[in-house]
Amino acid sequence: MGMETLKRLTPFVKESFHQTLRVLKFFCCLHVTNTYICTPAYLVGPSMLPTLTEGNIVLAERITTRLGKIESGDVVLVRSPDNPRKIVTKRVKGVEGDVVSYLLEPSTSDEQMSTVVPKGHVWVEGDNAYCSHDSRQFGPIPYALLHARIFFKVWPPKDLSSIGNKVPYI
Amino acid sequence: MASQSFIWNLAKTYFTAGLIGLTVSDRYASFMAVRGFSMSPTFNPHDKKTSGIVLDDYVLVEKLCLEKYKFSQGDVVVFRSPTNYKQKNVKRITALPGDWIHLSSFDTVKIPKGHCWVEGDNAACSEDSRSHGPIPLGLICGRITHVVWPPQRIGRVDGKITEEGTLPL
Repeated sequence: MGMETLKRLTPFVKESFHQTLRVLKFFCCLHVTNTYICTPAYLVGPSMLPTLTEGNIVLAERITTRLGKIESGDVVLVRSPDNPRKIVTKRVKGVEGDVVSYLLEPSTSDEQMSTVVPKGHVWVEGDNAYCSHDSRQFGPIPYALLHARIFFKVWPPKDLSSIGNKVPYI
Repeated sequence: MASQSFIWNLAKTYFTAGLIGLTVSDRYASFMAVRGFSMSPTFNPHDKKTSGIVLDDYVLVEKLCLEKYKFSQGDVVVFRSPTNYKQKNVKRITALPGDWIHLSSFDTVKIPKGHCWVEGDNAACSEDSRSHGPIPLGLICGRITHVVWPPQRIGRVDGKITEEGTLPL
């Protein structure tokens, strides 16, 4: 009795095993692509206006950050130093050794501050200087916090464009 | 022709195994060699009796903690060095965000939000938060739970801080 049911179930077990393996392989492919090649991201917040805005979907590549080739002007996804579970979008304004100047209070005064970016760190700022929590508040961040480099905006479709080093003029 | 399809099948199997292995080691757990003596005697105990070749300890690093970034005092973690993103350091967390640390008899530091204070167990030769300050939790890439090599020291890594370390107030 037992042997017969076993013989009848074998093809089902085999098929379900193969399907599970297929799903597993797909999941692993997805993970490797997202971690080592390219990942999509949905953006929130106004800190990168006018370049990027809430509701944009972008493509971010993970190769440049891993190779250490991030330059001043790149728009990047970084892991926030205040909350490691949050990933924010900012523009790199200076790499290690650069001198960065920034306005202390962009809406009220013209007072500027200058700092040198220490070794192994980068200075990030949002394009929207009035509404961005960035290196002007939390200081230069270690390079290893850089997550990915945004290179293309895919949503909304009318705004399809590549994202480069220059801040767009309105 | 049969050998060509055989090689192709073998290549596919190895590629699949590689993908699965990479995913498991990135998301769940992996093994790592610990180099240096900054975490003596927990790893690589520097025994004066055993002269000659010193081999690295191998440890099990779990990555499930990177889901919530919830660490406790005494956890041994692997993190990317704040001064060199290519280098991974192994140290113990001695203070969490919001704690106050006594640097000397008159100097105290509050650990900012999202950061932690790391120290090596071997305070004499360890480059840690006492030189570069608190590190963002986002730099952490795993928590060490067990030693898996050498066989005589296989076991769980304990979560206790030695008395020499700077304890939070």
